[in-house]
Amino acid sequence: MLGKLTWQAIPFDQPIPLYTGAVVGLMLVAVLVWVARKGYVPYLWREWITSVDHKRIGVMYCALALLMLLRGFIDALMMRGQQAFAFHAAGFLPPEHYNQIFSAHGTIMIFFVGMPFVVGLMNYVVPLQLGVRDVAFPTLNSVGFWLTAAGSLLVNVSLVVGEFSRAGWLPYPPLSELRYSPGVGIDYYLWALQISGVGTLIGGINLVTTILKTRAPGMRYRRMPIFCWTALASNLLMVAAFPILTATLAMLLLDRYLGFHFFTNDAGGNAMMFVNLIWAWGHPEVYILILPCFGVFSEVVSTFSGKPLFGYRSMVTATMAICVLSFMVWLHHFFTMGASPEVNGFFGIMSMIIAVPTGVKVFNWLFTMYRGRVRFTVPMLWAIGFMVTFVIGGMTGVLLAIPPADFVLHNSLFLVAHFHNVIIGGVLFGVFAGYNYWFPKAFGFKLDERLGKAAFWCWFIGFYVAFVPLYAVGLMGMTRRLQHYDQPQWHPWLLVAAVGVLLILCGIVLQAAQLIVSIRSRHRRADPTGDPWDGRTLEWATASPPPLFNFAVLPDVTGQEPYWGTKRKAIEAMHLSAEPAYEPLEVPRNSPTGFVTAFFAFFLGFALIWHIWWMVGLALVGAYATFVVFAWRDVTESLMPAQEVARLDRANRTARALALQEMHA
Amino acid sequence: MSTSESALRLPSSSVALDLRAAPVLIRGEATGHGEGGPAPKRIVVGFGFWIFLLSDIVMFSAFFASYAVLGDATAGGPTAAQLFDLRNVQIETACLLLSSFCCGIASLAVEQRYQQLTQLALLVTGLLGLAFLALEVQEFAGLIARGAGPSRSAFLSSFFALVGCHGAHITAGLLWLGTMMAQFYAKGFRPDICRRYLCFSLFWHALDIIWVAIFTIVYLIGVRP
Amino acid sequence: MNDITPAVDDGSTDDLAPGQRGAGQPGFAAGLRSYLIGLALAGGLTVAAFWAAQTHLIYGPAVSMALVTLGIAQMGIHLVFFLHITTAPDNTNNVLALAFGILIVFFIVSGSLWIMSNMNHMAVPMQEMMRMQP
Repeated sequence: MLGKLTWQAIPFDQPIPLYTGAVVGLMLVAVLVWVARKGYVPYLWREWITSVDHKRIGVMYCALALLMLLRGFIDALMMRGQQAFAFHAAGFLPPEHYNQIFSAHGTIMIFFVGMPFVVGLMNYVVPLQLGVRDVAFPTLNSVGFWLTAAGSLLVNVSLVVGEFSRAGWLPYPPLSELRYSPGVGIDYYLWALQISGVGTLIGGINLVTTILKTRAPGMRYRRMPIFCWTALASNLLMVAAFPILTATLAMLLLDRYLGFHFFTNDAGGNAMMFVNLIWAWGHPEVYILILPCFGVFSEVVSTFSGKPLFGYRSMVTATMAICVLSFMVWLHHFFTMGASPEVNGFFGIMSMIIAVPTGVKVFNWLFTMYRGRVRFTVPMLWAIGFMVTFVIGGMTGVLLAIPPADFVLHNSLFLVAHFHNVIIGGVLFGVFAGYNYWFPKAFGFKLDERLGKAAFWCWFIGFYVAFVPLYAVGLMGMTRRLQHYDQPQWHPWLLVAAVGVLLILCGIVLQAAQLIVSIRSRHRRADPTGDPWDGRTLEWATASPPPLFNFAVLPDVTGQEPYWGTKRKAIEAMHLSAEPAYEPLEVPRNSPTGFVTAFFAFFLGFALIWHIWWMVGLALVGAYATFVVFAWRDVTESLMPAQEVARLDRANRTARALALQEMHA
Repeated sequence: MSTSESALRLPSSSVALDLRAAPVLIRGEATGHGEGGPAPKRIVVGFGFWIFLLSDIVMFSAFFASYAVLGDATAGGPTAAQLFDLRNVQIETACLLLSSFCCGIASLAVEQRYQQLTQLALLVTGLLGLAFLALEVQEFAGLIARGAGPSRSAFLSSFFALVGCHGAHITAGLLWLGTMMAQFYAKGFRPDICRRYLCFSLFWHALDIIWVAIFTIVYLIGVRP
Repeated sequence: MNDITPAVDDGSTDDLAPGQRGAGQPGFAAGLRSYLIGLALAGGLTVAAFWAAQTHLIYGPAVSMALVTLGIAQMGIHLVFFLHITTAPDNTNNVLALAFGILIVFFIVSGSLWIMSNMNHMAVPMQEMMRMQP
């Protein structure tokens, strides 16, 4: 009746997941009851769950990422704790559990923290920077978000119903084949990623089309902000790389469910093919994560240096070069798998070449800061922290790109330190910079600066304290993913690393405090004009938060920094330009399509994992029915009357005129 | 902190029309190259679907790569030369090519708003597609019955996955086609339905292109010694 | 997604959706001719491919190359006659996107083939590997 699902799926015999699950479940119920009691459900349904507005969807993506960051970080705390204790000892995590933790940590951090965060930032900012009203396909955007959320829900459910994968964040066969992993863990992983992978693909298609086909009048390619260029490159990579992941995971699923022999040990299967294909996806994936962050830094450095970005064209060229080169380096993830020197050498050299465009970017940022009036705000601190940290991480990467060196260091903690160096120093610092930078735009008030700076320093110092010891211990020969060890010379380093992760914990606590304190004092720190940082790009031309339609009239773009130009003109003229002629606007209607599709997708995944075939059939029928209902809609847009447009726009114009007067007073 | 705060409260004009410095620019022209503003919906939808098709082609290429790598891994079992019936493939190819052609006729009919020709052309498209699918299912069933199913060897796994993936796309396409026929019938030639049909025709033609790759590589080259 | 003066959707803009026929040849008859030519050419090439596969008139090792060439030609016919992809400036985005996709496919397929054949060549055979197990 319920396939493989029985009461034994609940981990009654494992205290940590059991109690965690109970606590989280209770908290969830409490929140839901509170929301219902306060009558927020209609508001949430109307304004958030069924919203197709890119701004709302962007915020939800970032919120999902932040929540999952907590879970992924707790996994990290547990791993560092285990390794600090487990010298000649068993530690507190049995191997079966420890293996699930490091697998969950990697999976969550890459797929449910990194990806949603950059996608959320891009979703929010790109239409505003392009001077348009929304992305190309608003309802599809909602579907993409909710599918990602459904995938993350599956991963979270695995904590209390069944188990998660124990094969690492990339489940290499033959370990991940049915013979050696007969449980449901790998299946949770596979279906969660297949479902959220569809969401990612949808988002990629959406933003590529938006950037290439819908821009404000006059915004030629060379007038697009750099963040939009990096968003274009990242989304092109999503469209090009994620299908490989879908195909490869599908092959593993076929092996597990239908007895195929793609990667098995017998009948001619080739496990190396999995490694090859998954990294053909995996390498572009890390560029998908980092390119938008490069874009964030370009915006932040330019704004807080008070200068236009140095070397716009070389930045664009470097970005698109990285986009293509990222498909030519993937073998460096498996130098040791036994290819010949010619093959290893080719990919090693390509891996070194791909560092060059990034170097170009770093120099451009430095030259932007040079002779600028640098303001050390929180986003700028994250940017400077990134420049130092990412360059170090990049250098260790180039070191690893040398095959003989990699033969010594592959799968050691040196490698782990390297990729955390670039992912934390690059991606995480980037999304935190973007979060602080665009928070006032999204919510109408700035975040607390002092707590933000304190959080930055805790993260920055904590990162080095946590990961530099891992470089050392990797050079001493420690492999990754060890549940216990008996080398005395490793132990002190791992203790230091544990201290580092506690420092990072302080950073996270301070960030939470920053958010709570800022919300509490939001009236004091409100942003009335919509331009709290003296910005240069079009998103700062709107109110904070922007109205539903973003721009009452699409701007005419005549130069590379359109907002900066009109702002200077207004300051010189000492008054705003003429009020535009307001017309009624068509706005896309809300739709439950995304939420409903994800609902069926979640149950489809759950049913497939537990072999509940009747539920599979029902979910498929439900998903198809949702599609038909969506396709059958007659009315997709509603008309916002001109008076409403005028009212909202005039409110912002008044605030800006006031600020202009104050400036000259 | 306060000086920088007040310096930050810089105003802007509401970015309104400012044609003084702009070159002669007529909104609506040169869309897609950035000059004229957002492109019309037909172009936006068509291009978006084109990008999706690219992602689909990349996915197929991963299956092709697998087939190319595992093509020799017959594990002592039957090989391509022993298994494949080229006559069947010829008929399947003809079905799909003609189906693509009929899809093109339907596109013309949609352009001219001929309801009956549209329905007829779509029906023939669908029937030919169904014929293709039936032949393929028959081929698969026959192979499995002979003990040459996907679990026999890696070669057969990659064959079934690649050709099966294409068949799954054809199936989804047929479901879509049915929905399109119903929509044309029920709602006429509304712009959004015509845009949707443009996407379907892109999909259907792309599947025929992928079939060209399949029959060339899997069946024609595959059976050679 | 609208502006005050939404761009007119009648093909008068500087851009074409993929699969959309250019404004140059309106009308049912012209369109039908294009599809018929495409069908004939594609059909001919298909027949040629099946013939080439089993004839003895072509030098043996060259047959695979001939088949690949014929296949690429067929795909080209489909793109031009059925999908109306041209090299005109109003099709630039579509052609560039297609080129990008083809480049990626090339990297994946050729890269995988090179890597895997290289590794298979150097790897211990599976029988040997199983015999090495304790």
